[in-house]
Amino acid sequence: MSDTPLLRVEALSKAFGGVQAVNRVSFDLNKGELLGIIGPNGSGKTTTVNLITGFVKATSGRVIFKDQDITSLAPYKIVRLGIARTFQMVKPFYQLPAFKNMIIPLYSPRVKSLAGGKYGDRNAVALDLLEEVGFERDAQVAYKVASVLPQGYLKRLELAKAIALHPELMILDELFSGLSLAEVASIVPIIEKLLLEGKTIIMIEHRLKELFKIASQVIVLNFGRKIAEGSAKEVMESDEVKKAYLGSEE
Amino acid sequence: MEKRRERIDRGIKVRAEDIFALCSWREMLYLAAPRLLPVVGFIVLPMVLGPYWQRVLLSVAIFALLAISWDILAQSGMVSLGQALFFGMGAYCSGILNHYFGMTPFLTIPLAAVMGGALCTILLIPVLRLRGVYFAMVTLIIPLMLERVIEATKIFGGTEGISGLTPLPSTWLELYILLAALLAALFGFRRLMTSDYGLVLKGIQDNDRSVMNAGINIYWFKIQALFIASVVGAFAGAMMTHVYRFVGMPVFALDYSILPIAAAMVGGAGSFAGATLGAFILVPLSEALRALGGLRIVFYGVFLVVFVVGLPEGIFHFVARKYHQFERWVEVEK
Repeated sequence: MSDTPLLRVEALSKAFGGVQAVNRVSFDLNKGELLGIIGPNGSGKTTTVNLITGFVKATSGRVIFKDQDITSLAPYKIVRLGIARTFQMVKPFYQLPAFKNMIIPLYSPRVKSLAGGKYGDRNAVALDLLEEVGFERDAQVAYKVASVLPQGYLKRLELAKAIALHPELMILDELFSGLSLAEVASIVPIIEKLLLEGKTIIMIEHRLKELFKIASQVIVLNFGRKIAEGSAKEVMESDEVKKAYLGSEE
Repeated sequence: MEKRRERIDRGIKVRAEDIFALCSWREMLYLAAPRLLPVVGFIVLPMVLGPYWQRVLLSVAIFALLAISWDILAQSGMVSLGQALFFGMGAYCSGILNHYFGMTPFLTIPLAAVMGGALCTILLIPVLRLRGVYFAMVTLIIPLMLERVIEATKIFGGTEGISGLTPLPSTWLELYILLAALLAALFGFRRLMTSDYGLVLKGIQDNDRSVMNAGINIYWFKIQALFIASVVGAFAGAMMTHVYRFVGMPVFALDYSILPIAAAMVGGAGSFAGATLGAFILVPLSEALRALGGLRIVFYGVFLVVFVVGLPEGIFHFVARKYHQFERWVEVEK
């Protein structure tokens, strides 16, 4: 059973005009693992995620999720199959209170089918989910309009929106960026809990120290190419990775 | 002594989104008045107005429906400049059903509303992927194009149109059908947009990628919103056809596209009550200025500019805020 990976990416490429944003990137991801994707700015990390989730159409290559080719599917269909993502630039519904933001993913057909055709009380589910990611119930933050919430809460809201979809694979695009050390420290246990629940996670991160604590596997991208993969320790010892991050010695 | 203004929510003892404890007649009236006002107003108005102003009221209701139809689209992230498309399609559908198939208005009006709505939706499905001003441009062009199609092909009476259509039995009936439809639209769509379904539509307006990312097919939802808005517009057109007993090229005119938007803006975009209020101000104003002849449009234009600049949020939002809050002067603590 476990020899077929949950997600298989095969020679995935994307060119924007003359710029090869992602160049024949391949990797496998098994169920229950946390894959970290790292690399300098502009190395194609977010584009890779956009390719997997269907927001950008691939020039060539394939994405296979649970033995199904999802390469050319629309984003909403990919979500329904069980892949949920967060955005690097948070995308809340600014006019709505935080808990009403949650209603939209909870309205998803995926949630309905998993709940056996019933939606239930979405407001209650929304408040529970928000509490799970750290919206203190007694502080009433969940009732505040998203446009007044600080970045830390918006990131948590993004995470909660992804969790609401009961995904098998979660892709978290720079969840920690713009957050304080204390905020990151409070989100890490949430991600560890998701792993314990059997979720598979891809994290794009620049905060390597925090990522390496939880990642079981890391791949490094540079100029759209995969330059290293393995455990955190292995990739950081690779000469090519050092060169990509620190520049060459000559 | 320095003072500042403090804004306070008018008190209701216990109040949440859907739970409130009613403690006194005053509080009950406070909650019921905004709902009772249009209901009672719509029942009484036709009785107290003379025949001329009854006609104006008819127009008001038609434009209010068109403005509501515009607002449904706007709240779902589709900015339309072509309510005339919905209006004209409904008008022609009911005219054709009545003239060529001999159906009574009691059949043609509901049928035309649904048929016209469906036709408009099908016409616009290919451009639903467009956003913002691009979608607006297409909606602006289609009714103008249809006008020329009718002129060139001479179908359905060509430039002459179709006249001598069956009227509704009485002006009273016309008025009350329209006002009842307006009330139903006002309260029904308000309810719809505050439901979870409406929240998804508003989500599309706010951030469509985020809605997509929730596993929701935004185009399917946009089609539904488009159909709802088209049916409302087509119903207005179908009613007008039987009021005037005529349908012709003018039903696709720009007036039916622009005035509803002006009404929604002046009244307060984003609320159906605002759209209705806007129509209740602009249409009678336009009539009252009729005596000025050619200068009418100038004064009308000036009024619009002053309003949009002076009260950009719209009259309804302003009044609603004043109704729910009061202000008082308090001393500034040093």
